[in-house]
Amino acid sequence: MQTSASHAHTSATTDTSHGHAHHEPGFFGKYIFSTDHKVIGIQYGVSSLLFLLFGFFLILAMRYQLAKPGSPIPLVGPLLEKILGEEMAKGGIMGGDLYNSFGAMHGTIMVFLAIVPVLFGAFGNYVTPLQIGAPDMAFPRLNMASFHCYFLGGVVMFASFFTPGGAARSGWTSYSPLASVTDLVNRFDGQTYWLIGMVLLITSSLLGSVNFIATIIQLRCRGMSWMRMPFFVWAQFVTGFLLLLAFPPLEAAGLMQLMDNLFGSSFFLPQGLVVNGNALPVSGGGSPLLWQHLFWFLGHPEVYVLILPAIGIVAEVISNNIRKPLWGYRSMVYSAMSIGFLSFIVWAHHMYLTGMGTKVATFFQTTTMMISIPSVIILTALFISLWGGSIRFNSASLFALSFLPMFGIGGLTGLPLGFNASDIFLHDSYYVIGHFHYVVAPGTMFAVFAGIYYWFPKITGRHMNELLGKLHWAGSIFFMNCVFAPMFIQGFKGMSRRMSDGGTTYFGKDVGVGADPGVLGLNNMILWCAVGLGIAQIPFIINFFSSIFVGRRATSDNPWQATTLDWATPTPPPHGNFLQEPVVYRGPYEYSVPGAKTDFSPQGDKN
Amino acid sequence: MEIPYTYKARPDTGLYNAKVGIWLFLASEIMLFGALFSAYILLRVSAPAGFWPETALAWPRGLLNIPIGTFNTAVLITSSVTVVLAWASLKMNNFAKFRVYMVITVACALAFLGIKSFEYNDKFSHYVVRLKDGKALTGHIEVNGKHPGFWNFNDQWSVAKLAEQKIDKIKVELDPLRDSHGHVKHGAHHESREISVSDIVSLGSYTPATHPFFAVYFLITALHGLHVLGGALVLGYFAFPGAKMWKSNPEQFINRIEVGGLFWHFVDLVWIFLFPVVYLL
Repeated sequence: MQTSASHAHTSATTDTSHGHAHHEPGFFGKYIFSTDHKVIGIQYGVSSLLFLLFGFFLILAMRYQLAKPGSPIPLVGPLLEKILGEEMAKGGIMGGDLYNSFGAMHGTIMVFLAIVPVLFGAFGNYVTPLQIGAPDMAFPRLNMASFHCYFLGGVVMFASFFTPGGAARSGWTSYSPLASVTDLVNRFDGQTYWLIGMVLLITSSLLGSVNFIATIIQLRCRGMSWMRMPFFVWAQFVTGFLLLLAFPPLEAAGLMQLMDNLFGSSFFLPQGLVVNGNALPVSGGGSPLLWQHLFWFLGHPEVYVLILPAIGIVAEVISNNIRKPLWGYRSMVYSAMSIGFLSFIVWAHHMYLTGMGTKVATFFQTTTMMISIPSVIILTALFISLWGGSIRFNSASLFALSFLPMFGIGGLTGLPLGFNASDIFLHDSYYVIGHFHYVVAPGTMFAVFAGIYYWFPKITGRHMNELLGKLHWAGSIFFMNCVFAPMFIQGFKGMSRRMSDGGTTYFGKDVGVGADPGVLGLNNMILWCAVGLGIAQIPFIINFFSSIFVGRRATSDNPWQATTLDWATPTPPPHGNFLQEPVVYRGPYEYSVPGAKTDFSPQGDKN
Repeated sequence: MEIPYTYKARPDTGLYNAKVGIWLFLASEIMLFGALFSAYILLRVSAPAGFWPETALAWPRGLLNIPIGTFNTAVLITSSVTVVLAWASLKMNNFAKFRVYMVITVACALAFLGIKSFEYNDKFSHYVVRLKDGKALTGHIEVNGKHPGFWNFNDQWSVAKLAEQKIDKIKVELDPLRDSHGHVKHGAHHESREISVSDIVSLGSYTPATHPFFAVYFLITALHGLHVLGGALVLGYFAFPGAKMWKSNPEQFINRIEVGGLFWHFVDLVWIFLFPVVYLL
């Protein structure tokens, strides 16, 4: 930021071929309509972290309702009533409709507006071109358009809370016919906003993925052969293909649901549909299963979109902080590719309960078990890498190291859901919530935090505070586990994930049937641990903003003594990234090479 | 550092950036249209047996005008040829010829859209009328001596609206009778019939709300139409305002035409699949 003057200077001196040197851009050119991949990365990062916090507040309000059904939410309850109206939150109590819309929007915001953009949009944009030695993305203006589409999609999603009838409330999966009949009063309802928002977000990820893949294929610098690419770049490459090929079917499905909602067509509405005792005036003849197939055709690759770049970040941070090459780099790369391929043929394991028949279920069970193999290979390779390393315990590496067991729990608890027989019992219970939150919350989000602590000195020129960072880590890992581990117990006891009162109606002492009422008490524990988790993020927020201005200055361009090319740039990298064209002479993780002068041999150093 | 390979090919891949980009984009487009075609197949195979409109949810056949569709296919294929010729003319350094071919391409695109909108028009004024005796009639209707409005969904007639406006008789220009394959029977001719509103259970025009067939037909063809429109805008831009680049950087300009042409061939290819699937099968 303070180096923008010097960056204009360097580009003017290095670009002798282009007489019209870059003009110093104004505020809009620099921060809003920038085509520089680093600025776009930061734009993505800031917006997605804000959405992350917003999504967290949504779930916090919902957890209060689950722990204390029917009591007004302290502090925000009256505010909700004032903003969203009496039918949503009468007397500050979260109504069923509000619970449903918060639930749907929590999922949508976390997946499409927070985690994917922070991994792919922020880290991918900032780091990928640096690591392959490229001056920028292949299509800088498309990159800018991608961010603008994302931002617009976010605005549409956010605005939907304030429409008559409220935001979408048919779950983040928006199953039809529920999604088409939840609000028959307002034709242009929250669901319609959701669909328009999704079309914008899908456009954004399409532009992004074309750009990433083209950049990685075309702009690798001299010597950067495929097997010399850092694993992070490989992860982004595979993720790019997943986004490119898996999202369009959801776009098609979104357009069909939009037709159902706005023009009264029946893509997903079967014949003889009765809502509130009235026959629905539609032609019928559509198929609700069609939506589920198209949705999960995206939905499952999306899971790997959420995890592969996270593993990429973890691989970078771990190899740097154990001062050792990654064990089995090649098998990790091939595993990532296998995951990418297999993720397209496992989708129907989300649909075992639709009565698909044993032959089809067997196929999808088999592929699901197959895809766990490359995932285990990657995780095992990372674990084995630790063997004999001289590990540096800083904030970044603590988060990266905690990722491994947390993702392990998330992955292994997924196996019972991949089997038809056990899934029939666990489906739609809190077990499922526990499983995928272990993958995404302590999994992916820990990787995100690790990445922020790791690349912060490159982006700002200053380190983040280590003490605050370690506090953040300790609080996060403790409370994360206290929030999500009890959900496995609740799920085993048969607690459904869909009830706005947490199941009081089923388990309460007045009813006396169903499962163990003890599981309801866990809701209380989860609530207070979620509050604790929120408080544990305060050191991070303070650290993030104060370190930009008062953090310890990075002493060199390569403060972590890393090997990859992103650390061979000036700090922060100027427009065009590198002062001279970089050339790569060796693999990405040559740490502690016997006979070398230092314990790291950067890719760009000839000797 | 400047971004390399913006128009020169990278030696090891043999491609310039935009060519990689357009192929990736087309891959994604294949998934988009692939999903829509899959939806068409799934809806069609799950439709009950029988003949539409007698069986309300049977899959309708023979409702689209095959001669017009064939003509439109020819128009689009012509434009595919001319877009290649436009690119080849530039390669042979003949800018004037390039512009002629490009203008023909864009004209074909606009002709295609014009013909398509004529077809749409016809569907929105084409009604299926279900009578209390269980029969279903199809044809263009006439209310108060006027054909109902085109395009505007709110302008469509329903039983409730007829009752509200105290109209007791409508005229239906019946479609010629068809056999089970949807072909017009020999010697069939147009017949016009007066129907009193009190005999009608329901009526509605050929809109997405009438049957999943129309829903999927309108969605795929409209999306394809948007692609044609987008392609026409881009190619039109290259033919006139964007052609300035021919002077400043001819190599990059030829690349642009190539990339635009690839997109155009894809749009053409989608139609090559679309035409038999919705018109012929």
